[in-house]
Amino acid sequence: MTRKQLSQRIAFSTFTLISLVVVAILFVILGFIIVRGASVISWEFITGKPEEGMTKGGILPAIVGTGCLIVGSMIFAFPVGVLSGIYMNEYLGQNRLRRFINFMTNNLAGVPSIVFGLFGMALFVNYLGFGDSIIAGSMTLGLLSLPVIIRTTEEALKSVDDSLRTGSLALGATKLQTIRRVVLPVAFPNIITGLILSIGRVSGETAPILFTVAAYFLPNLPQSMYDQVMALPYHLYVLATSGTNMEESRPMAYGTAFVLIVLVLLVNLLANLLRKTLSKRVKM
Amino acid sequence: MKRFRRILEKFIEGILLSSSTITSLTVILIILFLFREGLGLFNRSPLEHNFIIAVSKQNPVQDLSSDQLKAIFNQDITNWSKVGGVKDSIILFTINDITNYFSEEELGASLENLPQKLNEFIEANPGALMHVSEKYLPKKFNGHTIHVKNISVGDFLFGKQWYPTSEPIPSFGIWPMIIGTFLVTFGALLIALPLGLATALFLAEVADIRLRNLVKPLVELLAGIPSVVYGFFGLIVIVPLIQGLFKLDVGETVLAGSIVLGIMALPTIVTIAEDALRTTPLSLKEASLALGATRWQTLRKVTIPYAKSGISAAVILGIGRAIGETMAVLMVTGNASNVPHSFLVPARTLPATIAAELGEAPYGGLHFKALFALGIVLFLFTIIINLTVAYIRNREKK
Repeated sequence: MTRKQLSQRIAFSTFTLISLVVVAILFVILGFIIVRGASVISWEFITGKPEEGMTKGGILPAIVGTGCLIVGSMIFAFPVGVLSGIYMNEYLGQNRLRRFINFMTNNLAGVPSIVFGLFGMALFVNYLGFGDSIIAGSMTLGLLSLPVIIRTTEEALKSVDDSLRTGSLALGATKLQTIRRVVLPVAFPNIITGLILSIGRVSGETAPILFTVAAYFLPNLPQSMYDQVMALPYHLYVLATSGTNMEESRPMAYGTAFVLIVLVLLVNLLANLLRKTLSKRVKM
Repeated sequence: MKRFRRILEKFIEGILLSSSTITSLTVILIILFLFREGLGLFNRSPLEHNFIIAVSKQNPVQDLSSDQLKAIFNQDITNWSKVGGVKDSIILFTINDITNYFSEEELGASLENLPQKLNEFIEANPGALMHVSEKYLPKKFNGHTIHVKNISVGDFLFGKQWYPTSEPIPSFGIWPMIIGTFLVTFGALLIALPLGLATALFLAEVADIRLRNLVKPLVELLAGIPSVVYGFFGLIVIVPLIQGLFKLDVGETVLAGSIVLGIMALPTIVTIAEDALRTTPLSLKEASLALGATRWQTLRKVTIPYAKSGISAAVILGIGRAIGETMAVLMVTGNASNVPHSFLVPARTLPATIAAELGEAPYGGLHFKALFALGIVLFLFTIIINLTVAYIRNREKK
């Protein structure tokens, strides 16, 4: 073997080894949580309320709370994100306005989640007077997930072949008809994948909900969108760091982490499945 | 019909346009609200509401900075000559001391005689410095109030003490957190850069398509795990490990934060760097290979130089992710408010401070405003990072 080949062998083996380490880290973290958490999971844990200083019982209020926040934030962010993605890719060329909007969207994507928390508290909780509520938390989370949704929508639209657009326009269709009947159906699988992935992001965020909606302990389920709720990530944070009896509440923490992880895994799986099945259907 | 259709299309286009302005609007609103609350820290007296500092009429001192006041209350300064007055020792008089000087009968049941007594006291003690509520100040006061200088931006950024609730005067110096944030981020980079770039190189150049399709989704899955789960894992596994390994009293250290953050920054670095490596045109690589270079030489001499700016963007975005990360760091770094001097001591970061304290800060108070000012600093960091990335990408296009 020449020296050239040897150095290549060494370099590439190093890269492979390090990648294996990275994948191993992932499996260690997932495995740790899943192994320790799975033994806690029971029907009672999923459907019960926290009891005895959160050392027993279940996490139903946190599951319901996170559900409310997902639905609330997506009602707002889905349409706005997809519509602006469409506008940016289909209506704006590479002009100055597009660059400006792009820059602002990138900035928004880079804003730390705790700053979203500050902002949500200042605007929705205090200035608009919603108080700590589902609507304040949902709006904050919705704004936070906008850049991701816009970005994936844009990418999805970009991957649609231009010949489809010109073909449709040449047949006399208007721009809007082209977008609705030709471009969107083709881009749909990728758009929906992006949307589902942003659900995963929203369900795990803690910092933005700390001061806009999350309740430390609230066994009752919410009645309206102006109520506070418990949420899975915040519940895990509370159990891990500030429970009244940390040793006793450890199993509850493992269980909560398990539920969060499973939620994220399911969302990822669902997104991949949908992308595969849907794109088979629209393939031309 | 055709006209109606045209109006409808214009209308829908309007809706699309207004949707796409929302992100810009949000950024502007974030700036507006952060500054509205945060700048309040710098344009009002650092004293608690309604409290004043008063001295005798003869006392030439007109204003004091919060540092001087703090030193006086801590008895580090005991003479007026140190703060620009005449040579006379300072007699501290706070609302908690009144019973040392006056009996309850003298003051009256609801302190109705207190203003008069204050007058007497300040006349008898020209060196007195009184810290009392404004409502007890007599109508005809035999002294004058001292103007306490506002907190300056310099005090805020470079002050080494953060005692947001201390009485009578709080300290808002964020230097320990700035250093803490950078130290944790720097450590995270030391971990994430070699791992992340090597993985990106593996995915882009070494792995065959099947292996790549297996590994890449796994790396992306790392990005999907919520930050509290990382924090929890760090707290349960990494913190005790560090404590045992280095025989420390507490395992919550900068190092713990760096390890957790390093893992969290991996997916960002891997994904963006790999995308950048893939932009290198195949023709360039093939030309190099055809000249007899090995794949490793081609990678080093052609692919990496070509993708350099994309790789830098990946690194900077990774830094951005690490600086802004809140929950995981909050859970594993111990949140001590000293300036950290090594990787094995507790520290706190900017975002963790906001998360830990905003819930307890009374709405609209100085502490509350100080936390928003922290938010401004954090926001400015991210703007700088985004501008840098935009600059790098622009240069790449040219």
